[in-house]
Amino acid sequence: MNVQFRESTEAASPLTVKTAIADCDIHPARATRTELYPYLAKRWQHHLEVYGIHAYQGMMEGPPYPKAQPNASRRDAYPPEGGPQGSSLSFMQEQLLDPNNVQLGVLNPLNTGQGIRNHELSAALCSAINDWQIDKWTSKDKRLKASIVVSNEDALSAAAEIRERAGDKNFVQVLLLSRNVEPLGQRRYWPIYQAAEEAGLPIGVHAFGFGGNPITPSGWPSYYIEEMVGHSQCQQSALASLVLEGVFERFPKLKMVMIEAGFGWAPSLAWRLDKVWQRLRSEVPHVKRPPSEYIREQVWWTTQPMEDPERREDLLDVIKWIGWDRLLFATDYPHWDYDEPSRVLPAGVSEANRDAFYLGNARALYGIIA
Amino acid sequence: MARHVIAPVDELPPGTRKFLEIEGRPIAVFNIKGEYFGLMNRCPHQGAALCEGPLIGLAQSSDPGEIEYTKLGEIIRCPWHGWEFDVRTGQSYCDPRRFRVKAYPAHVEPGTSVVKGPYVAETIPVRVESDYVVVEL
Repeated sequence: MNVQFRESTEAASPLTVKTAIADCDIHPARATRTELYPYLAKRWQHHLEVYGIHAYQGMMEGPPYPKAQPNASRRDAYPPEGGPQGSSLSFMQEQLLDPNNVQLGVLNPLNTGQGIRNHELSAALCSAINDWQIDKWTSKDKRLKASIVVSNEDALSAAAEIRERAGDKNFVQVLLLSRNVEPLGQRRYWPIYQAAEEAGLPIGVHAFGFGGNPITPSGWPSYYIEEMVGHSQCQQSALASLVLEGVFERFPKLKMVMIEAGFGWAPSLAWRLDKVWQRLRSEVPHVKRPPSEYIREQVWWTTQPMEDPERREDLLDVIKWIGWDRLLFATDYPHWDYDEPSRVLPAGVSEANRDAFYLGNARALYGIIA
Repeated sequence: MARHVIAPVDELPPGTRKFLEIEGRPIAVFNIKGEYFGLMNRCPHQGAALCEGPLIGLAQSSDPGEIEYTKLGEIIRCPWHGWEFDVRTGQSYCDPRRFRVKAYPAHVEPGTSVVKGPYVAETIPVRVESDYVVVEL
């Protein structure tokens, strides 16, 4: 009989190297409230202290602590040196990147400068977040790549930020959120798409955001669980808008990544769009092809939250429609609905499809050479 | 079924838990209101260290608007996805048919039996005057 205590469990863990993966949705956090100040002009530091942030969102308690777990994050993800989950590079390396053999990690900072009413402040905060991503994360770990955060409601300054960062290898995509003041296909956002297409950068559309509209299409819900499922509804209307306003037709090289809103709904949305487009196409003559064609050619999907149907074969059917070359694996670390890489795919997936799913698709989309 | 000495009882007061690895398995032993329970420290869903989650109660409802909160401090909530399990049995509350955490019987034995029996603790200094928490697996 031998009793070992928990401190020694690392010695017992297998030393085999896990399959290399990409993690296409990692959320870095600020350790302190003022961590961005070194990247903000004094004018904006003072502004924040005196006036704070005015969001488009009326219900400011929309994103409250703790959202199912503290900071909507894994309870085991607090860094040992303190600070919120996701705020320590060394702990992220120890808990996520090293044990899972993450070769490419795409950072998507949330609670940045997006969705706030003062557009100059929004632009300053987004630019600061981008500098901070380089300084604190990507320059210190070459596996990590940043998303260019842009002031989404002021597309001209967003486009300027994209052009300024274009060609900087620290960045691999432009980050938008799914809740905006208007559906994402609207022309006010087109300068963002034009700049991204010119820069050869995909647009990542992450769930959440503060557009001021109710967070479900039928109004403000009673429960957090309704917001969780509302993300897929929100992404569906965003995607329909992108297709029907002609964004994909106007920007044929634009690539969109739908992040953290599931993908199981993609086939049914595409079928429905195709069906009504056949009947109502004269209303939108600029949409020259069946909507499903644009979606299959120009849209990628991150996996977390991975669909988890009772019959695992149903999942494979959905992926077959979407295409094994369109899914990007993501954990959503450190958030509480994190997906564990070794547990998300059912058995019976070919090695080629697994490799594409876990790493190949992300490398190809983001232009990261092995 | 082998028995493993976990700790002297005064090192595991009510409301606390202790993490161990026994025969390669991660185990957590809980003291809930003076009773001891052992659970596999691995969530059957995606493998998180389940027992690092908070101990909560069980919210149940017979009708909308009627909420009963029972089993206070007896439900372990996974630190990742919030799946809930009964510490006493390992029973899942979201899908009891498919998911269950392996539960191990734990109880207190007098120090004399721990020392005199075949179950000598190797890493815990055994004091004969103490009682010990023992888990079986």
